[in-house]
Amino acid sequence: MNILAIDTSTYVMGVAILRDGIPAGEMRTHLKKNHSIRLMPAIRALFEEVDMKPAELDRIVVSEGPGSYTGVRIGVTTAKTMAWALNRPVIGVSSMEMLAQNGRYFNGVISPFYDARRGQVFTGLYRSMSNGIIRESEDRITLHDGWLKALKEQGEPVLCVSPDMEKHKELIQQELGDLAIIGTEIDALPSPLELARIGMRKDVVTTAHEFSPNYLRLAEAEAKWLEKIKDEKKR
Amino acid sequence: MSEKDTLIVGIETSCDETAVAVVKNGREILSNVVSSQIESHKRFGGVVPEIASRHHVEQVTVIIEAAMTEADVTFAEVDAIAVTEGPGLVGALLVGVNAAKALAFAVDKPLIGVHHIAGHIYANHIVEELTFPLLTLVVSGGHTELVYMEEHGSYEVIGETRDDAVGEAYDKVARTIGLPYPGGPHIDRLAAEGEPVITFPRSWLEPGSYDFSFSGLKSSVINTLHNAKQRGESWTNEQIAASFQASVIEVLVGKTMGAAKEKQVKRVLLAGGVAANKGLRAALTKACEAEGLRLTIPPLKLCTDNAAMIAAAGTVKWKQGRFADDRLNGHSGLELN
Ligand SMILES: [Zn+2]
Repeated sequence: MNILAIDTSTYVMGVAILRDGIPAGEMRTHLKKNHSIRLMPAIRALFEEVDMKPAELDRIVVSEGPGSYTGVRIGVTTAKTMAWALNRPVIGVSSMEMLAQNGRYFNGVISPFYDARRGQVFTGLYRSMSNGIIRESEDRITLHDGWLKALKEQGEPVLCVSPDMEKHKELIQQELGDLAIIGTEIDALPSPLELARIGMRKDVVTTAHEFSPNYLRLAEAEAKWLEKIKDEKKR
Repeated sequence: MSEKDTLIVGIETSCDETAVAVVKNGREILSNVVSSQIESHKRFGGVVPEIASRHHVEQVTVIIEAAMTEADVTFAEVDAIAVTEGPGLVGALLVGVNAAKALAFAVDKPLIGVHHIAGHIYANHIVEELTFPLLTLVVSGGHTELVYMEEHGSYEVIGETRDDAVGEAYDKVARTIGLPYPGGPHIDRLAAEGEPVITFPRSWLEPGSYDFSFSGLKSSVINTLHNAKQRGESWTNEQIAASFQASVIEVLVGKTMGAAKEKQVKRVLLAGGVAANKGLRAALTKACEAEGLRLTIPPLKLCTDNAAMIAAAGTVKWKQGRFADDRLNGHSGLELN
């Protein structure tokens, strides 16, 4: 199976191609630069490097969120439009599931996360099993300190992986103490090859038309509007 | 189709409309599909950028497919993909730009970046072939500009608003008198039924300037209503609408005529969403007739945001070989040049 995988859910930009299910190439940067400008040149360059044409693809895999709204939209828009134009399926993979792969040989639970501002994180809970990484608890947006307290109560070692580690390291060590395992800065980065690998095994569940990001959070204006409606109903 | 025909796909997502069109030879619309989000934004009293961006992602491939199906063409027959690169809401623009880049790459076609205002101007080219030199009055929710053109694809902005766009002023005044969003069409309708009995200021700015300013007028409307209320007087909404509109139109038409004379053009175009305003259409038609100027006003469907206008403006760039590369980006404040 020939696969293109795209991840722009954080400042990390990742593009990978599998040929016949085997990694052919990847391009990954960890720079705080504009995805909108750099994604398509990276995709084109990688296709040229691995000597493949878009029409040879069998599917396109993309990190569907959670993450930066704009970042996720750039990846998803690119993936779904290419998929529609080529008449191939597009597969969405949770950005948390993608990042959790970095703990494949970890004995304990894995908590991948992205910073979501105001003390919040996008996170989820995963565990490495003989058949791969399985999800133990749904992806969510939550206050990081409360989440860490709950993890501490489980009493198991937790591998924390995140490209936003710097901002959260102190809190993690404070809340989890000895249970906290913090990977290197390389382990902390989502890998587009892992994304491709997960996407290769998933079933096709939506058409390109139906496919949209999983933001895990309403737009602020919509959340406020729903609150207002709820208040008015109470009165 | 003959050998020399040019087929351009246009994509427009600068605000709250997801639009895709296929245009032949820059003038013939094969399809022009517009998916408006206005019903979704009405509850917020205006366009919410994040929500607009979300809708664009959900809609973009659906609308591209609808436009291709309606035009009954394949990508093999298409010459290039044109897309609005700005100005507009940056998050909204990004969806169109990245969809266009992905599409151009997947089907191996060149990419063209189009300025949104150039698109509005070229809506007129679909109606009646452009002849030069010409002057365009661009009026919309985001823009109020006078643009002079000597030839295809060359734009000189000779006047623009220093504060609110005319459409913005309409929406704000409409809100003041309790009309729903978007208020422009309501004011226009009420104005037709009332007399301009209140004299609101005309903002001519310094002599010789073709710039506009509507924030003073908007404040004047609010203050006048406030003072009247305190004195126990009242005007009907029809009278307020008519008086406000009279001030706006006098300035828009006056400056357009002044600029047309100075630039010695024989041709005037009206462009943008506010071009749907009946009062403005009538006044500009009368003024142009009096001065012997040829005036073009697009039909409503081509005044408001659409992608046929983007494909039409894109066709000019295609002919001139002005392509974009994979680094094309969305720019909220893109200059017209
Ligand atoms: Zn517009």
